[in-house]
Amino acid sequence: MPSPPQGSPDRPSPTPEQFQAVQQSEDFGRLRASFRSFAIPMTVAFLVWYFAYVLLSTYAEGLMSTPVLGNLNLGLLMGISQFLMTFLITWLYIRHANRALDPIAEKLRDELEGEA
Amino acid sequence: MEFGNPLFNIAIFLAFVVVTLAVVIRVSKQNVTAGDFYHGGRAFSGRQNGIAIAGDYLSAASFLGIVGAVALYGYDGLLYSVGFLVAWLVALLLVAEPLRNTAKYTMADVLSFRMRQRPVRTAAATSTLAVTFFYLLAQMAGAGALVSLLIGIEGRVGQSVVIAVVGVVMIAYVLIGGMKGTTWVQIIKAVLLVTAVGVATVWILALNGFNLSEVLGRAVAEHPDGSTILEPMHQYGTSGASKLGFVSLAIALVFGAAGLPHVLMRFYTVPTAKEARRSVVWAIGLIGFFYLCTMVLGFAAAYMVGVDVIGTLPGGSNSAAPALAYALGGTVLMGIISAVAFATILAVVAGLTITASASFAHDIYNGVLKNGAAEPGKEVAVARRTAVVIGAVSIVGGILAAEQNVAFLVSLAFAIAASANLPSILYSLYWKRFNTRGSLWSIYGGLGSALVLITFSPVVSGAETAMIPGVDFAWFPLTNPAIISVPLGFFLGWLGSVTSSEHDELKQAEMEVRSMTGAGAEKATVQH
Repeated sequence: MPSPPQGSPDRPSPTPEQFQAVQQSEDFGRLRASFRSFAIPMTVAFLVWYFAYVLLSTYAEGLMSTPVLGNLNLGLLMGISQFLMTFLITWLYIRHANRALDPIAEKLRDELEGEA
Repeated sequence: MEFGNPLFNIAIFLAFVVVTLAVVIRVSKQNVTAGDFYHGGRAFSGRQNGIAIAGDYLSAASFLGIVGAVALYGYDGLLYSVGFLVAWLVALLLVAEPLRNTAKYTMADVLSFRMRQRPVRTAAATSTLAVTFFYLLAQMAGAGALVSLLIGIEGRVGQSVVIAVVGVVMIAYVLIGGMKGTTWVQIIKAVLLVTAVGVATVWILALNGFNLSEVLGRAVAEHPDGSTILEPMHQYGTSGASKLGFVSLAIALVFGAAGLPHVLMRFYTVPTAKEARRSVVWAIGLIGFFYLCTMVLGFAAAYMVGVDVIGTLPGGSNSAAPALAYALGGTVLMGIISAVAFATILAVVAGLTITASASFAHDIYNGVLKNGAAEPGKEVAVARRTAVVIGAVSIVGGILAAEQNVAFLVSLAFAIAASANLPSILYSLYWKRFNTRGSLWSIYGGLGSALVLITFSPVVSGAETAMIPGVDFAWFPLTNPAIISVPLGFFLGWLGSVTSSEHDELKQAEMEVRSMTGAGAEKATVQH
C-alpha cells in the first residue's frame, strides 16, 4: 500500500513568512538550481530530438527513407529511438531526483512542518 | 467479410460492465467526504495511479485509430503515435510533482494559487470544461461508430441506444464510485488493454522469428502501395498545408498531454509528490509499450487482413485491429479485443465526467459563486448532479455528432490543453513575475484563438471530409490550430504579466516552496 501520510493533520501550517525565509535560504537555492539545471536541458534535448524527427519526416522524406537495417530505414529507426529516449530520460530523472532533489526537499519540508 | 460473433462480443462486454460495477460498489462503501469523491482519499499508490493514468489516456481512438493508421499508411501512423508518448516527459519533468504539492482537487487550484481567485478560477474552469467537453464528445460519437463494427448493431436507432447505454453506465461509475471507483475501472481496463495488445504483439513477432524487419517486409509485399508505406508523408504529405498541419498536430500533442485536466486530476489521487513521480514512470512505461505494440499490430494487419479488405469493413481503418484479432485468434480473440476497445471508451468517458463535474462544483459553484465557503457536503452534491447533467449532455451530443465527422475533436482538445492550460501551469510554477492578468490573457487567448482557428479551418467547412460539408467559410488552411495558438498562449501570458504591476511576493514564495518541497501539501485522508 502507499507510503503513510507524513506530518500530522493537527499541526498548524507554516506561515507565509516562514515560506519566504525558506525561499531565500541557501538550501532552497541549491534545490532550485539542482532541479532546473537538470530539467531545463533535458526538456530542451527531448524537444529538439522530437521535432527533428517530425520536421525531417515532413520535409526531408528522401533522407528519412535511407535504408539502414533490413526493411528499417533511417526514419523508422529515428521513430523507435523516440521511445528509447523517453525511457532513458525517465530513468535519468528518477535517478537525479532520488539522489539530488529528494534529500534537500525532505529536509526543508521537515524543517517547515516541524518547527511550525 | 464476415468476422466475429456479435453475441459473443456482447457477452464479454457485459461481463466487463458487471465485474467493474461490482468492484466500484465494493470499493466505494466509505465515499462520504468531498475528498473521497474527488481523489479517493489520496490513497492510491504510484503504481496503481500510473496504471490508471494509462487507462485514462489510452482511448479507443488511440488503439483502433493508430493500428488502422499504421496498417493503411505505415510510417505516418508511427509518426503520429510517437507524440502521445514523448509528451509525457513534459508531465514528468515539469508538471506532475509540483502540481501534486500545490493543489487540492482541480487544475484551477494550481492556477489560482497566487492570483486573484475568482477571475482565474473561472478562466481555468472554462478551459477545463471546454477540453473535457470536446474530448467527451469525440469518445461518445466514436462509441456509436464502434458498435456497428463490434457488436453488429447498425442504423441510427441502434447506435443511439448504445450511446445512451454507455452514458448511463458512465454516470453509474461516477455516482457510485466517485474517484476511487472510477480509478479502479481505469486500472482494470488498462491491464486488459495492455495485456491483450501485448499478447497479440508477441504472437505476431513469434510468427516472424522475432524479427521486426520481417513483419515490415511482409506488410510491404501485401500492401498495394508497396515499399512507400515505410517512407514518410504517405498520409500527411498530400499538400503543403497537410504537411504543416501535421507539424501543428505534433505541437498540440507534445504540449497538450500535460495540460489535459483529466490527466492532471489523477495526480491528486496519490499521497505524495514522490508517488506522483512513480505514477508518471509507470504511465510512461505502459504507454510506451502500448504504442510500440500498436506499430507491430498495424503492420501485421496490413498483411494478415489486407488493406483492400480493411477498406470494405464497416468502420474502415478503425476495424483493422479487431479484424487482425480475428485473423490471428478467431472469434475468441476478436471478442476479447472488441470488448477491451469498448471498455476503453467507458473508462475514458468516466474519467472525463468526474473531472468536469469536479471542476464545476469545486471551481465555479464553491470557488466563484460561494466564495470558497460552500459546505463540503453541498459541494459534492453539486458535483454529483453535475455528473448527471454532463452525462445527459454527452449522450445527446454523442447521438447528434455520431453522423458527423468529428475525428478532429481529440486533436482539438489537445490543442486547447496546450494553448490555454500549459502556458499558465508552467508560468505559475516557474515564473515569479506571472500574475492574474497574464493568467487570464493566456487562458482566454489560447482557448479563444484555438476555437476561432478551428472554426475557420477545413475540418469544419470547405472540404469533403468537413463537419459541415457543402459550405465553405474556411480561411485557416491547417487542420490543427496549435502552431499559432500555443505560441500565442505563451506570448499573451508574458504580455499580460509585464503590463500589470500585480505581484504577491509572499504567495509566490509559498507556492514555490510548497511546489518544490511538498511542505504543507494536502495529505492522504485514508489510512490503510
